[in-house]
Amino acid sequence: MRRLADLQADFAAALNDPALPAPADVRRQVKLPQSRRFDVYRNNMMVSLIEVLEATFPVVQRLVGSDFFKAAAKVYIRQAPPRSPVLLLYGETFGDFLDGFEPAAGVPYLGDVARLEWARVNAYHAADAEPLTIEHLAAVPQAQLAQTHFTLHPSLRLVSSRFPVASLWAATSGADPQAEVDMKRGEDAAVLRPMLAVDLRLLPPGGHAFMAALAGGHPLGEAADLAARAVEDFDLACHLQGLFQLGAVAALQPPEPIQEQA
Amino acid sequence: MAVSAEIPARAGVGLKAQHYDAILGSRPDVGWFEVHAENYMGAGGPPHHYLEAIRRDYPISLHGVGLSIGAERPLDEDHLARLKALNARYQPGLVSEHLAWSTHNDVFFNDLLPLPYTGEAVERVSDHIDRLQEVLDRRILLENPSTYVAFESSEMSELDFLQAVSLRSGCGLLLDVNNVLVSATNQGYSAEAYIDAFPMALVGEIHLGGHARDRDDAGQPLLIDAHDRRIDDKVWTLYARAIARAGVKPTLIEWDNNLPGWRELFAEARTADRLMSAQDALRRDRRKGLEAGHATVG
Repeated sequence: MRRLADLQADFAAALNDPALPAPADVRRQVKLPQSRRFDVYRNNMMVSLIEVLEATFPVVQRLVGSDFFKAAAKVYIRQAPPRSPVLLLYGETFGDFLDGFEPAAGVPYLGDVARLEWARVNAYHAADAEPLTIEHLAAVPQAQLAQTHFTLHPSLRLVSSRFPVASLWAATSGADPQAEVDMKRGEDAAVLRPMLAVDLRLLPPGGHAFMAALAGGHPLGEAADLAARAVEDFDLACHLQGLFQLGAVAALQPPEPIQEQA
Repeated sequence: MAVSAEIPARAGVGLKAQHYDAILGSRPDVGWFEVHAENYMGAGGPPHHYLEAIRRDYPISLHGVGLSIGAERPLDEDHLARLKALNARYQPGLVSEHLAWSTHNDVFFNDLLPLPYTGEAVERVSDHIDRLQEVLDRRILLENPSTYVAFESSEMSELDFLQAVSLRSGCGLLLDVNNVLVSATNQGYSAEAYIDAFPMALVGEIHLGGHARDRDDAGQPLLIDAHDRRIDDKVWTLYARAIARAGVKPTLIEWDNNLPGWRELFAEARTADRLMSAQDALRRDRRKGLEAGHATVG
């Protein structure tokens, strides 16, 4: 018997395509016209998923206005419906979608702002870890430092944009209404949730390359070299201090076990 | 985990992130809290932090909204594993899901879609509940749905369907009184008769929530299970009727959209607690009356 499978296939098809009539099994049931009743399901699905996207992308919504956002979200949901019942992280590809969304072409930074907002939600739900303080690094013998691998915090997400994405976010979200937005400057930012609150930090030049290298599995010495190739006057001590202050380091793996220091 | 897992026959409240601080700050006299399982399926972060803190002081009920028990296709084993992990971590006093489906060809519709009440669907749903109960190693409760359409192919009533599933799978039932009113209004049957015929011995929990009113194409009333406002007086009346038959049961206040402040939500819980106390008192009086009657006769 395939009746249940057929009915669910019909029902799903009609949910996905508003131009289709309600499934025949539904239509024949009651003498009343059924379209409005079936539309409750279409509406529940669309409205609830739009709300999920509104909750994840409030700054994108503010930048384009509520009506525009809803219209864009609708197109996105039809193109990329959720594939998991866990909706906490739905919208991973919304930024990429906005990049190519013709009506948003006048707001070229929208996709980057969306990727930043998704990174924030992703950091919010990421695994927990106690951040290390810089004293842990001080306990690593000098000779081993260059070969030490860093495990960065599981919530760390790096965002890089040719637009001032972090300042745009700060100015629009209300986090820092005075934030200066210089549209001629790109920005690198780190999103991180060391404890309960999600942090957004603008990274100094070289910071992105340094952290990306550490996250990519390069030991400290190599990561510093890579960063120095990216910016001329890369100040390793300063970047290390910033990294620990941010709470971005979860563990250190020196090449050999650390000797306990008195 | 400090307090026992057991859900008392009192009012509980659906837990929302917006109320974490109010709850932890005032430790209100609420019997228990219910969470939507899918909201706690992230790896870490504030949701788990707050739920752990609340679980230290209150029993928790785990309510799934995304397993798609009514789908023809097999259950999503990854999702079952996530439910199993939550069940182990928070030791909920009750676990429940819906008589509905929500996934087709891997697309998740984020809505509770209706089933035809057929023998084939009884088998499918029962098999899926078997699997869920096997994975969790516990009995679950299945909730009666809100429906907006019915199917030509249905062969039995919703009540017969629920009883058949319970008989085959051994699951208990979650009686959502608002869903009863919504479905009865939309399908044109008596909500009172439904409550009067509901197999109360199988009921482990009751849900109460608010609904929105609309009209269908023919101008007939169409109720929507919106959970976006206070509980309707008609639902309170049906609830009193249900507990007069069933006795007091763990009763959840559901408010998921257009959220009120904590105090307004708490007030709804107090109303449910008062109705349960009144029902308890009535039962005690009746028992005393019976005993007194026997004494005089004897």
